[in-house]
Amino acid sequence: MVAQNVAFGILALAMVLAAIGVVRTHNVVHAALYLVVVLAGAAAQYILLAAEFVAWVQVLIYIGAVVILFLFGIMLTRAPMGDLEGLDNRQRLPAVVATLALIGTLTALIVDAFATQEIVLEAPTPTADIATQVFKVYVVPFEAVSILLLAALVGAIVLARRD
Amino acid sequence: MLLNQFLILAAILFGIGMYGVLVRRNGVLVLMSVELMLNAVNLNLIAFSARLQETSGQVFSLFVITIAAAEVGVGLAIILLLFRNFRSPDLDEVHQMKG
Repeated sequence: MVAQNVAFGILALAMVLAAIGVVRTHNVVHAALYLVVVLAGAAAQYILLAAEFVAWVQVLIYIGAVVILFLFGIMLTRAPMGDLEGLDNRQRLPAVVATLALIGTLTALIVDAFATQEIVLEAPTPTADIATQVFKVYVVPFEAVSILLLAALVGAIVLARRD
Repeated sequence: MLLNQFLILAAILFGIGMYGVLVRRNGVLVLMSVELMLNAVNLNLIAFSARLQETSGQVFSLFVITIAAAEVGVGLAIILLLFRNFRSPDLDEVHQMKG
């Protein structure tokens, strides 16, 4: 139990620092690399919560595909590589106030609602259970998501095509 | 482990993502901040799934991951189109619909 909490603390600290890096850095490529740290930290948290299938999907899809897509996007919009001023607009102060208000409100609500509920983990969730759920209970949403993904990919090609 | 610690971490990540969406001008960076927010939601879903000993939370997080991938594909295509028309990825350039 203690080891799990220590692991959580280290991961949480790394994730928050890297997330701040994503929104604060002056280098667009560094932002993508900080994003990798946050996503990998999230995958590790999923393993800590005994959801190993989701953790591997996270690694494959987010770190493997989405970040590569972001790097392509950076390349194609020809973002200058080095340090760059002017990546932020002039709403910094109101944004900080709004962010702190949001985090404060959410934290207060969460502490009030789930004060001492413990997570008691048994064995890791078997992937077979998730498969059964997807193809039994959630089969209609699953097909809908497949169609959505197809439509999104066709739409992306139509939008980005030069004609 | 307390349920709270995961929920609070997710709330902090969501807030940081919202800060990025509000502050960044580069469209690619705004999309990255949106990804931060989606990840915070996923962390919540998995934490509740572990707390309730119920796999549907994990199934929903798989749906969220799929939709996030679709969103990034379309979003980057739109930003590419903006870049082609305005010669810059800054979202502040897009203000024709502003009164």
